[in-house]
Amino acid sequence: MTQLPPPSAKKLGLVIDLDTCVGCHACVVSCKGWNTENYGAPLSDQNAYSGAASGTFLNRVHSYEVQPDEGAAQLIHFPKSCLHCEDAPCVTVCPTGASYKRAEDGIVLVNESDCIGCGLCAWACPYGARELDAKEGVMKKCTLCVDRIYNENLPEEDRQPACVRTCPAGARHFGDLGDEDSDVSKLVAERGGFDLMPEQGTKPVNKYLPPRPKDEMPEFDVLAPYLEPIAQDGKGFVGWLDKALSALPGGAK
Amino acid sequence: MIPQPTLDTSPKVSDEVRKTTCYMCACRCGINVHMKDGKVAYIEGNKDHPVNQGVLCAKGSAGIMQHNAPSRLRAPLRRVGPRGSGEFEEISWEEALTQAVDWLKPIREKHPEKLAFFTGRDQSQSFTGFWAQGFGTPNFAAHGGFCSVNMAAAGIYTMGGAFWEFGQPDWDRTKLFMLFGVAEDHDSNPIKMGIGRLKQNGGRMIGVNPIRTGYNAVADDWVGITPGTDGLFILAMVHCLMKAGKIDLDYLARFTNASVLVNEDPDSDQFGLFLRDADGQPQVIDRNTGQLAPWNGKGVEPDLAATHRARGVTHRPVFHQMADRYLSADYAPEAVADRCGIPAERIRAIAADLARVAFDEEITLDRPWTDFRGKKHGKMVGRPVSFHAMRGISAHSNGFQTCRALHTLQIILGSVEVPGGMRFKPPYPKPATAHPKPHGKVTPGHALDGPHLGYTHGPEDLLLDDEGNPKRIDKAYSWENPMSAHGLMHMVISNAHAGVPYKIDTLFMYMANMSWNSSMNVGGVHKMLTDKDDNGDYVIPHIIYSDAYSSEMVAYADLILPDTTYLERHDCISLLDRPICEADGVADAIRWPVVEPDRDVRGFQSVLCDLGARLDMPGFVNEDGSAKYKDYADYITNHIRRPGVGPLAGFRKGEDGPQGGRGDVNPDQIQDYIDNGGFWIEHVPENAAYYKPFSMDYQDWAVKMGFFDVVQPYIFQLYVEPLRKFQAAAEGIGERQPPEHLRARLKHTMDPLPIWYEPFEDTAVDVDEYPVHALTQRPMAMYHSWGTQNAWLRQIHGHNPLYVPTKIWEANSFAEGDWAKVSSVHGSIVVPVAHQASLNENTVWTWNAIGKRKGAWALGEDASEANKGFLLNHLIHELMPPKGDGLRWANSDPVTGQAAWFDLRVKIEKSDVPNETQPAMPAIKSPVGKGPAELDWKVGK
Repeated sequence: MTQLPPPSAKKLGLVIDLDTCVGCHACVVSCKGWNTENYGAPLSDQNAYSGAASGTFLNRVHSYEVQPDEGAAQLIHFPKSCLHCEDAPCVTVCPTGASYKRAEDGIVLVNESDCIGCGLCAWACPYGARELDAKEGVMKKCTLCVDRIYNENLPEEDRQPACVRTCPAGARHFGDLGDEDSDVSKLVAERGGFDLMPEQGTKPVNKYLPPRPKDEMPEFDVLAPYLEPIAQDGKGFVGWLDKALSALPGGAK
Repeated sequence: MIPQPTLDTSPKVSDEVRKTTCYMCACRCGINVHMKDGKVAYIEGNKDHPVNQGVLCAKGSAGIMQHNAPSRLRAPLRRVGPRGSGEFEEISWEEALTQAVDWLKPIREKHPEKLAFFTGRDQSQSFTGFWAQGFGTPNFAAHGGFCSVNMAAAGIYTMGGAFWEFGQPDWDRTKLFMLFGVAEDHDSNPIKMGIGRLKQNGGRMIGVNPIRTGYNAVADDWVGITPGTDGLFILAMVHCLMKAGKIDLDYLARFTNASVLVNEDPDSDQFGLFLRDADGQPQVIDRNTGQLAPWNGKGVEPDLAATHRARGVTHRPVFHQMADRYLSADYAPEAVADRCGIPAERIRAIAADLARVAFDEEITLDRPWTDFRGKKHGKMVGRPVSFHAMRGISAHSNGFQTCRALHTLQIILGSVEVPGGMRFKPPYPKPATAHPKPHGKVTPGHALDGPHLGYTHGPEDLLLDDEGNPKRIDKAYSWENPMSAHGLMHMVISNAHAGVPYKIDTLFMYMANMSWNSSMNVGGVHKMLTDKDDNGDYVIPHIIYSDAYSSEMVAYADLILPDTTYLERHDCISLLDRPICEADGVADAIRWPVVEPDRDVRGFQSVLCDLGARLDMPGFVNEDGSAKYKDYADYITNHIRRPGVGPLAGFRKGEDGPQGGRGDVNPDQIQDYIDNGGFWIEHVPENAAYYKPFSMDYQDWAVKMGFFDVVQPYIFQLYVEPLRKFQAAAEGIGERQPPEHLRARLKHTMDPLPIWYEPFEDTAVDVDEYPVHALTQRPMAMYHSWGTQNAWLRQIHGHNPLYVPTKIWEANSFAEGDWAKVSSVHGSIVVPVAHQASLNENTVWTWNAIGKRKGAWALGEDASEANKGFLLNHLIHELMPPKGDGLRWANSDPVTGQAAWFDLRVKIEKSDVPNETQPAMPAIKSPVGKGPAELDWKVGK
C-alpha cells in the first residue's frame, strides 16, 4: 500500500560479527538510552519494577545453542534489529505511509505522527524486528540512529549508531553497503558475510559475519614434536639442563 | 507516492557534557553524562578514557536508571520494628550522627576492637582503611576475602601483581590468549575490547571454563573443565613443558628465583629456606665464577643447575625441586585427565600449542633496557602467549595454590612482563616485601599501630595475642589462614554471633549485601543478625549500615546512613587503592557531583570525615580540635599520605605548575581533573614499558612518580619462602607454633611450590551422593544485586533458571518448564531448570544475585526476581560439615581464607512445580515504597 522508492545507491546498514559478539547486551541498552531520549516517543516499560517487566527495545540479543555432529555444543550470540531491507515488506504493507524507506540512504523509518499502531508492519517483518510501544501505541524500530549519523552537533567520530559506538568487543560496524569499496563491504567480502533468511526475498542491507570454526585445534600428532621429551625424571632433567645452559649465550664457563 | 517526511537529522544532543567515572561495576570506565535542563539525559563512554576508550557496557549505558532508581534511600533511618522487619522512621542527619557517636565513642575509648568495620564493594579502601586505623580497631577489611583474594595474594607473592587491576595481556601483541574462569566485572570492558583486538589481529583464544557462555562462547577452543581441577590441568601442562624443555631458561635464570639455593638438609632448622649471605640476600651460583653470589649482585649470571655444599649441607637451586616435583608421573596428562574431565591428548595439544606460539613465534622489539644487575639488553624479547583468570579458579579451597600454579606456567614460558605476554599496570609490579605487613595492636583511645591489611612473611607476622588467639574478629592472619591479605568479611557475622574470638558491640558496614547475596547460609545469617541473648538484647548489639539503595541488608540494621548515587558524589580512583592504570600508562580518576542529590543523603566518605571529627580521631581533627576535612572532596585534595603523595597523583602542585606523580597539594586539583575529562594519565617511557620488575629504566621512573620511595627491583618467586616458614612451623620448627589440629593441614597446603589438592568439600561430603558441581556466573549486564532495581537491566535478566547439562537433563527426564529440588549437605532449594548443552557434563549453574527478597529494592512483591529467581547461597555454608572432631572448619582456602563458593557439591531431582522458588522468605517492609508501574523516560522536550 506504501511504495518503496527506487533502490538508492547508498545503502547504510550494520555488519555484525557473530565471531566476536560476546552477548553482553551493551548495544541493547545503549540503543534504549539514546532512542528513549531522542527520535520520536520514548521507549516505554511496563511493570518496570514488578512482575515480569517488558518494554520496547529496538535491538535485542538472542542466544542459540548449536550442537555439531561431533564435538562440544556451541553458543552463538545473535543481536537483532531492523535490517533495513531493500525490499522491505514492512513498508509496502503500511496502510498510512507511516512506514517508509528513505530514498537517499535506504534507512527504514516510521513517521510516528502517521502511525496508527495497526501492527501490520510487525506482522509482515519476517525478522520480528519491530515493536509496538505499549504506552504510545506507535510502532518503534531501529532508526540506524538517523539523528546521530548526520548530526552536526556531534563530533565527526561520534556520527555512528549508538550501538556501534558502544560495542566493547568491536563486533558491530556501520557503513555504506552500497559502496563496494567501503570498509564494511570489504569486511563482508573478506569474512563471507551473509544475509539473514535470504529465502524471504527481503534483500536485507545489514549483514552478519559468521563465527569462525570452533574447537579445531590441530590433533596432537601434528603438535607432538613440540613436546618431544628431553628427560623422563628430575635427574635426567638436570643432565639436560647442564647441556642446555651451556648452549645459552655466555654459557659453558 | 507519499512524499518523504522532512527530518531534523541534527537535533541538539544536550546542553552540556559532564565527564565522570562509572560505578555500575568495578571496571570504572570513563563516562560522558549528557545533561538537559540540569538533568541526566544520556550516558555514553568517554573516548579519551584509558579504561574503556569510548565503549560502555550494558550496565554503564543503563546508569540513568540506576541514578533514578525508586529504591534510592531518601533520608537517615532509625529502626523502629524488630530487626529484619524493614520498619524504620526517617530521622535527621544530626540525630543519626549523634546516635552513631553515642555507640562508637565509648567503644573507641575502652575497647576499639569491639567495632567491626567492613566495607563491601568499596572503591575507597585507602580512605576507609585510614578511618578504621584512626579509630583503632583491628577489625577492618573490604570484600576481597569473599571475592578474589586468592588471585590477588597468589599474584603478589609470586610475581608482585596479578590480573585485572594489577595486570593485563599485551592485547596488541599477544597471539594466543588463554582465559580461565573469570568474574565478568573484573576487567569488564577491557577484556571485551582485548578479545576483539586479538581476533582482529588473527590471534587465537582458548577458554577454560565448565560453562560455555560469554567469552567462552567466542573462544576458538573451549575446555569444559571439571570445577576445582584447574590447578591439576595447569600443572600437567607444566609437566609437559618441562619434560620437553620448552621453557625459557634464560628468563628463569635471570628473572626468577629458580636459581636461588635452598637448604635440603631435613635435620637443619633452615631446611627448605634459602641460603643467604651476611646481608640476608638469597644466594645463587654465579656462572661467571662458579661461586656463591647474591641474587642481585652486579654482573652476576645466576646458574639454574649448579648445586652448593656448605658445612655438610647440600643446597640445590629451586629449579631442581621443580624438576623433581613436576616431572613426576603424578602430573602426567594421563594421570589427571579423568579428574579434570579433559582427555590427555587434549592437555598435551594445548601445552604443545603454548610452546609453539611462545617459542616459534617469538617477537622482539628494538628497545634497549638495563636490568638491575647492570646488564644492558639491546632488545626486548617477547613470548606472545598470555593468560587471564579470576574467580573461577580462585573461589575454591585450593584456589591460592591454583593461582600460583597458573603464574608458574606463565613464568616458565617466559611470558610475564614481556612483549605479547602479560603486563603489569603501574603502580604494579610491587612485590610482597614492598607491601605493609598486617597490623593489629590496639590501644584504647588511639590509632591502630599501622595499616590493617598486608602480607605476612612468616609466623612472626600473624595477628595473635599472647594466648595464640586471633586478634581479629574474622580470624584473619591466624593459623587458620595465615596469608589472608584481604580479611574474611564472610566470617564476621558468624564469628561476632558466636562471640569467637570475642564479642563485639557494633557492626558497621558499607555497600555489602551481607543478609542476602553476599553471604553464604542466608537463612542462618538472618538468625544470627536477629538472635537475642537471655536479656532480650541482640547478640550483635548495634548494626550501622550505609547504602544508597534499599537492599536486603537495610532491613537488618539499626541505623541507616543513606549514601548518594554515583553521579551525585565525589570519589577518587586512587593509586593508593585499586588503580585504573593501563600497562602503558599510570592513571587515576575522580567522580564529582554532576547532579546534586534531591534527597537528604550524603556521600558515605563525607560522613566518615564528619564522624572522624566528632570522635576526635587522629587524621580527622586539627590541633585545635576542629574538623580537618569539610567533606570527602576536601580530603581528596588535601590529605597527604607520604611526602608529595596524596589520594590523586595528577595535577599536583609543582614548581612550574601542575605536575603528575609527586607534588604539593593543589587546591584546584579536582577542577583540573574535571577540566581534563575526569581522569589523569601519564605514559610509561618506551624503554620502561616491559620487564618492569627487573628494569632500572622502569624502577627509576616509578620512584620519580612516587609509586615507591627507593628502587626495589626483584625477581619472581616461583618458590615462596614465607609459605615454607609456615610449613616449617607446622613441622615443629620455631617458637610460634600452630594449634595441633591445624598442623597436618598447614604442612600439606602451605607448600612453597604450587600443588593441587582436592577441594575440601569433595573430601568432606559423599561425592557419590552429591555428584554434581554447582556454580554461579555474573551476567555481563548485571552487577551483583544492583542490576535488579534498574528497569532496563531487569528486562534482560529478570529471573534465573538453573542451567542443566544434557546428561543430567536426560537422566531426570526434565522437560521445558520443569522445576528441580537441588540439595547440598547444608540445605535445599526448589528452582526452575533449563537445558544447556554447552556445559561440563557434571556441572549445573545459574546467574549470580538475580534472586531477590520480597520487599527489597523497591520492587513489587510479584517481581519475577522474588518468585522465579533464587540464590545458590542457601546451599553453601560458611563452615564445613562437622567432621566429628568437635571443631568446625571454615569453608575457605586454608592459605588466604578466601570463601570457597565454587567447591559446592549438590544432587538434583525433579520436583513438583511450586508457586515460587523455595525457600521462600517473608517480605520485608520497604522503607522507600515501590517503583512506578510504567516508565517512559525522556528528560528533554
